[in-house]
Amino acid sequence: MSDSTAHEEPELIQLLTPEGEFVQHPDYPLDITPEEVRGLYRDLVLVRRVDAEAVALQRQGELGLWASLLGQEAAQIGSGRALRPNDMAFPSYRDHGVAWCRGVDHKQLLGMFRGVTNGGWDPAEHGFHLYAIVIGSQTLHATGYAMGVQRDGAVGEDGTAVITYFGDGATSQGDTNEAFNFAAVNNAPIVFFCQNNQWAISEPLERQSRAPIYRRAAGFGFPGVRVDGNDVLACLAVTRKALRNAREGQGPTLVEAFTYRMGAHTTSDDPSRYRPSAETEEWKLKDPISRVWSYLAANDLADDAFFAAVDAEAEELGERVRRDCRALPDPAPLDIFNEVYAEPHTHLERQRAEFADYLASFEGAEGVVR
Amino acid sequence: MSVITYRQALRDTLRSEMHRDENVLLLGEEIGVFEGSYKITEGLLKEFGERRVRDTPIAEEGFVGAAIGAAMLGLRPVVELMTINFSLIAIDQIINHAAKIYGMFGGQTSVPMVIRTPGGGGQQLGATHSQNIELFYSFIPGLKVLAPSTPAEAAAMLRAAIRDDDPVLFLENLGLYNTKGEVPDEEVVAEIGRAAVTREGTDITLIGYSRMAAVTTRVAERLAEQGISVEVVDLRSLRPLDRETIVESVKRTGCAVIAEDDWLTYGIGAEIAASIQEGAFDYLDAPVRRVAMAEVPMPYAKPLETAAMPSAESITTVIHETLSAVGRRVG
Ligand SMILES: Cc1ncc(C[n+]2csc(CCOP(=O)(O)OP(=O)(O)O)c2C)c(N)n1
Ligand SMILES: [Mg+2]
Repeated sequence: MSDSTAHEEPELIQLLTPEGEFVQHPDYPLDITPEEVRGLYRDLVLVRRVDAEAVALQRQGELGLWASLLGQEAAQIGSGRALRPNDMAFPSYRDHGVAWCRGVDHKQLLGMFRGVTNGGWDPAEHGFHLYAIVIGSQTLHATGYAMGVQRDGAVGEDGTAVITYFGDGATSQGDTNEAFNFAAVNNAPIVFFCQNNQWAISEPLERQSRAPIYRRAAGFGFPGVRVDGNDVLACLAVTRKALRNAREGQGPTLVEAFTYRMGAHTTSDDPSRYRPSAETEEWKLKDPISRVWSYLAANDLADDAFFAAVDAEAEELGERVRRDCRALPDPAPLDIFNEVYAEPHTHLERQRAEFADYLASFEGAEGVVR
Repeated sequence: MSVITYRQALRDTLRSEMHRDENVLLLGEEIGVFEGSYKITEGLLKEFGERRVRDTPIAEEGFVGAAIGAAMLGLRPVVELMTINFSLIAIDQIINHAAKIYGMFGGQTSVPMVIRTPGGGGQQLGATHSQNIELFYSFIPGLKVLAPSTPAEAAAMLRAAIRDDDPVLFLENLGLYNTKGEVPDEEVVAEIGRAAVTREGTDITLIGYSRMAAVTTRVAERLAEQGISVEVVDLRSLRPLDRETIVESVKRTGCAVIAEDDWLTYGIGAEIAASIQEGAFDYLDAPVRRVAMAEVPMPYAKPLETAAMPSAESITTVIHETLSAVGRRVG
């Protein structure tokens, strides 16, 4: 097969160049005040700080695991700030920036990675579902939710749009492709937001997809668009439009945010084993935060006092994250029986009682692991 | 004889089988450049190239299904699933296809493939990544399920699995990869479907497999110091199941405890207990007891995970209870 599509450079929607120049795009005009841009800058800096603290906490044994969002802040903040309170997001496991936009407290997020709670936050309260770890599974849940929204008639200006987050690797999974098809056939109000960070653990994009990811949408019968995932303004504008289309009954959109995973896959990974540092160096030049800084500074939209205040806020937040994480209480052994069924269950109650007796039999005994 | 890890035993066996048979090839996520999530395939891409060692997209159903097709054409794919949890995505291909094709195609084509995958909790991987669901496959006619507990067995059984003409689910365990043991220098090919008495004893039969076989051995060693003589049976093969070895042991000791890393209700231990009462009812001096996971999704928090898993202590407690029941009956 002579396939030219795989090689031709796809269009990348960009509003803010890596040098910090703001250029409007005819299809995605963005009306934004300096204050709003400063707000996005603050979001970007603060989530990067929370993320860095979490990585450090994991290194110190305070968290079981952490999946860093480093490099993907703009994709998450841009799309997250495009959401309205009524909207519902179904994240993957790296979407701490979206969690931030949805008002999830860092204690709730860290509590989950520390393992002191399975739930963390209330999805309904935040319009932000719990993290999904089985790759691609959340895309189907989001699609089903969107079909429910449609059934409820929650359309129009005050309606609900659904967004789901997943990675480039997840596009290989059957679940994801079935979600695309389901959503298309049902014209469901959903945005498929793929953060193409170029890597799925050690496997580069070429292993997952020959066609550019956003082009898959065409085959399923809905629009796809590739946006500069390191450009917070472009991510905001593109996601806003996709969400609006969903709310107005125009069905799904696939947004491919073209970005880069600057860090390890998770804290248990060492990327130097499989990817060239030159690639990481190249992406450093496209940093999502420094271009917003350049834009604000060069156009006198923010002064030194503003930048200093954001830095001070990040320091203070970092300190709070460290303190709050260490203060999270360990759960008690009998808690394992608490969240197995929503309804009472006799078999489980019997087990709980037996286990309580067993634990009591060690009371006062030394050196027993449980 | 050399002392190597379980991981090394698997790796050496894959390597030697790939040298022996050109048709053996490896498929899976992260097995090439990354050398496997648990480093079992280290060095193999370099040595054998992409033709024999293939990194796949994140699509478990896809690559298991493709491996079945390859096996039907006479290749001998060895598929790695990152953990047994992800076999759930491929379960239709495994149960409805790998296990059925030979019979449903009238014996025209066999499916000589191996699915290697670790089970095991205790690594703080959360509820969807810490399950022991080998039971699902052990239940299925048409599949073979092997569960080695030592480096020597891992080597001999993997060799047997690769050379076998039927689909084999080869269960590894996260908690065993770093354990060490003696492995003979010559190539041993295990007989599929044999349990082993790994320690002789007279007071009680203690039955386990995979990680639990290792735990039961430690329990037996500790109890020996207290003058209790425990006979340890390692099941090694969950399907076919070697009922004779189990039953013969219980006939000698008169009582049994089963330790399993899966959930109690309908678990592997239930089948073992049923086999014991069928084969050794008249020899039993106490009810057969099982020690298993708490019947909850595996918690992620370390203290809760520890609480949910069976332990040497919980096994020891049940052994003491069983022996005192025997004492009441016999004494
Ligand atoms: C069904 C399933 N298969 C395999 C895994 C193991 N796994 C965890 S993360 C990951 C890579 C995912 O890559 P991608 O979708 O690009 O997301 P990213 O981590 O880059 O954000 C894999 C294979 C899993 N969690 N679930
Ligand atoms: Mg990725």
